[in-house]
Amino acid sequence: MMFAVAAFAIIVAMVLTLLRAILGPTLYDRVLAGNSFGTKTVLLLGVMGYLTGRPDFLDIALLYALINFVGTIAILKFFRYKDLSPVMGDVRSSNKGETS
Amino acid sequence: MSEYAAQTSPILLLDLALLTLLVVTAFSMMRVRRLFAVVMLSGIYSLLSAAFFVSLDAVDVAFTEAAVGAGISTVLMLSAMLLTARREKPVVPGHRPLALVVVLITTAALFYATIDMPGFGDPNAPANTYVGQAYVEQTPKDIEVPNIVTAVLASYRGYDTLGETVVIFTAGIAVMLLLGAGSVRGGRKVKDPNPDEPVALQSAGTQEQLEKGRAP
Repeated sequence: MMFAVAAFAIIVAMVLTLLRAILGPTLYDRVLAGNSFGTKTVLLLGVMGYLTGRPDFLDIALLYALINFVGTIAILKFFRYKDLSPVMGDVRSSNKGETS
Repeated sequence: MSEYAAQTSPILLLDLALLTLLVVTAFSMMRVRRLFAVVMLSGIYSLLSAAFFVSLDAVDVAFTEAAVGAGISTVLMLSAMLLTARREKPVVPGHRPLALVVVLITTAALFYATIDMPGFGDPNAPANTYVGQAYVEQTPKDIEVPNIVTAVLASYRGYDTLGETVVIFTAGIAVMLLLGAGSVRGGRKVKDPNPDEPVALQSAGTQEQLEKGRAP
C-alpha cells in the first residue's frame, strides 16, 4: 500500500514535469524538465520493483540515472559549444569573442 | 485467479498512468512547434516507454530503449536541429477525409486483432507452451546461466548474435571512416571563429604557435 501511494505521488510529479516540458517558456526549463523526468523514471522503477516484490531491477534504475546524467551534460554541451568534442582553442577564442 | 488479479491491480493502474502519459507526450510532440521542445519531449517519451517495458518484464528492451532512445537519439536529433531551423514551419490546416477514413479503418483492424491475443502472462498462450517451455526447462540443465534471455541470445543463438554484432561493428567502422578518423580523437579541424586570425585554422597548433601567430 505504501509503495502504491509512493508510485501515485511519483506519477503526479511526472505529470507536473511533463507540463513544464510542454509549456516551459525557456530552453533551460525544458532541459531541467527532461532531467528531472529522468530522475522520476528512476524513482518509479525503484518503487515498481518493490511493488511487484522483485527489487532485482534496481540496477536498471542505476543505469537510467547514469544515462540521464550523461544525456543532460551532452545537451548542455551542445548548446554551449555546438559540438560534442570542442577543441580548447576554439573555446578560448569564442569566449574572447563574446566579451569583446 | 481473482487473487492474482487483486495483486496486480496497482501495477495495472500504474500501466494505465504510464500509457496515458505516453499518449499526452505524443500529442504534444505533434502540437509543439519549437523543435527543441520536441527533442526533449521525445527523450521523455522514450524514458516513459522504457519504464513501461520494465513493467511488462521486458528488461532488455527497456535497457536498449533507455540507452538508444533517451541517450543517443536525443543527441542525434539535437545535432540535426542545430543544422536546420529552431522552429517548425506553420502547417496550413486542411481537411482530408480520405486519410481519416484510412486511419480509422486501420485502428479498427488493429483493435480487432487484439481480441484474439492471449491474456498477459497466460500459461496456455502459444508463446509459453511449445518452444518457450522447452527453453525454460532446458536452460538450467544445458547452460548454467540464471537469465534465460541471456542464455538464448548468447548460447542457443550464439552464431546469430555473432553475425548481428559483426554487422553492427562493420556499420560503425563505415560511419567512422565516413565522418573522418579525427572525430574519434576529438581533434578534428575547427571552423575558424575569427577569419582575421589565420592561425586559428590550425586546430592542432599549440599555445606557443597561437601566440606567435598573433604577434604580427
